[in-house]
Amino acid sequence: MSERLAGLLRTAFPGASEVEVIDRTGGGDHFHVTVVDAGFDGLSLVAQHRLVYDALAQPLRDGTIHELRITTRGEG
Amino acid sequence: MSDLQDKIRDTIEQEPVVAFVKGTHEQVYCGNSDRALQALRSVGAGFAAVDVLPDPRIREELSTLSEWPTIPQVFVAGELVGGADIVQELALTGQLEATLDERLGDSWRRPGDERTVSVTEGPGLRVVPGG
Repeated sequence: MSERLAGLLRTAFPGASEVEVIDRTGGGDHFHVTVVDAGFDGLSLVAQHRLVYDALAQPLRDGTIHELRITTRGEG
Repeated sequence: MSDLQDKIRDTIEQEPVVAFVKGTHEQVYCGNSDRALQALRSVGAGFAAVDVLPDPRIREELSTLSEWPTIPQVFVAGELVGGADIVQELALTGQLEATLDERLGDSWRRPGDERTVSVTEGPGLRVVPGG
């Protein structure tokens, strides 16, 4: 499941210098994702996290992701 | 526009600092909600909490309004500041205090001034007395 999420994130953020998905509990439904992308520069954290939520909308909606922690950074 | 959505919007606009959480300020049932409240406490902010658990429609209507899919959600002066990860990060870097200062002046510094308000029981906001 981590690979599926990482794939969705890489598709949504093709220029990201870092995409990491950690299965926090090993159960395949509690994740911590990290995305570092120059495209985040100048965006508020709310705007950055919204982009991540958009990228993971499907697994969030269908219940695959029970809990999601997000870390985002620009390159600036 | 539903009555519930009106009430949620009113609460967001009227409360200087409001956190929508799973539980109350006294009894939180979710680690993420707890992280958000602890972040507010760590900077000495007073806040109102809204429990989303009594009715699943609260969460649905809130997310429709805020365009933010998860709980908790923390609003300052009517604007979404973030969920648990953002509020925690802002608190650790000093930016939460800066944001509160910028939007509310000094009035937010009210350590321990915490209460839980309902958006489902009317008329008006019902205040659950603190401990």
